[in-house]
Amino acid sequence: MRLRRLPWPLVVLVAAFFVPALGSRFYTFVANDVAIWALFATSLNLMVGYTGLVSFGHAAYFGIGAYTTGLLMKKAGVSFLLAFPAAGLLAGAFALVFGFFCVRLTRIYFAMLTLAFAQIVWAICFKWNEVTGGEQGMPEIPYPSFDWMEGLAAVVPLVGGYRTSEYFYFLTLVLVAACLWLLHRIVDSPFGRMLTAIRENAERAEFIGINVRRYELAAFVLAGGFAGLAGGLFGIFNRGVFPDFVYWTKSSEVLIMTLLGGMGSFHGPSLGALVLILLNQQIVSYTEYWPLVLGTILVVLLFGFPGGLAGAAGALWTRAAGRFRRA
Amino acid sequence: MTAPPLLAVEEIYTSYGLSQVLFGVSLEVAAGECVCLLGRNGVGKTTTMRTIMGLTPPGRGRVRWKGQDIAGRPPHRIARLGIGFVPEDRRIFAELTVGENLDVARRGAGGRWTEDRVFELFPKLRELRDRQGGVLSGGEQQMLTIARTLMGNPELLLLDEPSEGLAPLVVHHLGEQIGRLKREGLTILLAEQNVDFSLALADRVYVVEKGRIRFQGTARAFREDESIRQQYLAL
Repeated sequence: MRLRRLPWPLVVLVAAFFVPALGSRFYTFVANDVAIWALFATSLNLMVGYTGLVSFGHAAYFGIGAYTTGLLMKKAGVSFLLAFPAAGLLAGAFALVFGFFCVRLTRIYFAMLTLAFAQIVWAICFKWNEVTGGEQGMPEIPYPSFDWMEGLAAVVPLVGGYRTSEYFYFLTLVLVAACLWLLHRIVDSPFGRMLTAIRENAERAEFIGINVRRYELAAFVLAGGFAGLAGGLFGIFNRGVFPDFVYWTKSSEVLIMTLLGGMGSFHGPSLGALVLILLNQQIVSYTEYWPLVLGTILVVLLFGFPGGLAGAAGALWTRAAGRFRRA
Repeated sequence: MTAPPLLAVEEIYTSYGLSQVLFGVSLEVAAGECVCLLGRNGVGKTTTMRTIMGLTPPGRGRVRWKGQDIAGRPPHRIARLGIGFVPEDRRIFAELTVGENLDVARRGAGGRWTEDRVFELFPKLRELRDRQGGVLSGGEQQMLTIARTLMGNPELLLLDEPSEGLAPLVVHHLGEQIGRLKREGLTILLAEQNVDFSLALADRVYVVEKGRIRFQGTARAFREDESIRQQYLAL
């Protein structure tokens, strides 16, 4: 079987299920982090890569999702089964309101307005002590209950005996994979091609009869909704929700992942999330100048590989495959 | 009372920022007609088309479609009313395949134009169906742009300088295809510098110069009056 034909996303997913079996809690922790950020970055890429809308405030929806799930599970005792989709719905609803105004502006003005809305959300999270816990945030978000897994383990071998954090990791994998599959369906649909047409030339799309603003708003809402779902998972994973989830540095972090991985390919942002998180873990243990290293990497990347890591890997692959065939 | 013309442009003044381009342009296109806007480069032909399409709304004046003023409406609305625009730069969506380019422009379910009918008109495109738009030649891109516009099932086709930059043989071929569209009853407003190409197709002619209409009449009247050609079109 040709390597290229392998269902790579499925291979990665299956491999990811074996990470806890390596026996290191740290690896599981990192893998969980990567999975959530992969969803967050891919949701942003629906706007940046597919529609050509650069958002500087995508963390707003991530944060809204995190606070939604956190509040519902911690303060209202709502089950994860409801609190998780609620994160996506509420983030999507906010994206609808903010996006309504943002898509009326273009380019840098669009980007600045997304940032402005995100900072408003941050200010509210930071100051509204009674609800969000203000500066202190909301620690001790409970894990979803995994009792049923233990029950299942009595019948099915091999699924029992893990820590709660590991069960949550498996849950994350399943949910992130489902979301990514949905996102892939979306960008591969006629709707996705409309977005590509808009990215290539919005005016041209407009005069062939595409209601550009409505499509942009739809992309905005979908991106916000999926970011909210990622946020919902992250609050639990992080064992707490804090205002810095919504801060602009989070928005830039996810934008960097998307660019690093390559916004031209569907899996680029996930790759970016993986590489950035691993680099961060490694480099922070050697030096405190992580931002300096990151900046250098970005400069090299932007000039050397404008298609991001995924673009560079694709080019290398094509070249290697060509050489292999000739040999 | 006679029915209003399909399209009536009434005294439009259009400017890009401070630079005024159109000074009271008026023209009419009746259903089934092929009307040609002739004029040298930069006299306002493209701006007239863009104004009709809603891409640069006029400062003053009206654009009537079947009697109704549509000036100031967003372009996608105007497109859905039945006006199809083939811009001068003929740029297709380079990252979409030929088939996808047609697909994103599909409007008006149950209309006359389907992918199959478009391929009948431009057989070459059928072979290129799965090719990326960006790799097509200039002539193929022009065909695809026209085909894409037809997918919106327009009643009126605005063609902005379709012959520009194409090899003579391709221009000839294109003329035949536009003629075929006209015979099938499509109304066409054509902007051109290429007089011979236009006269082969046009029923009536407007000559534009410096943002004003300088001549209007039948193609025959234009052909017989050598002085107009000398005055406004000679280089």
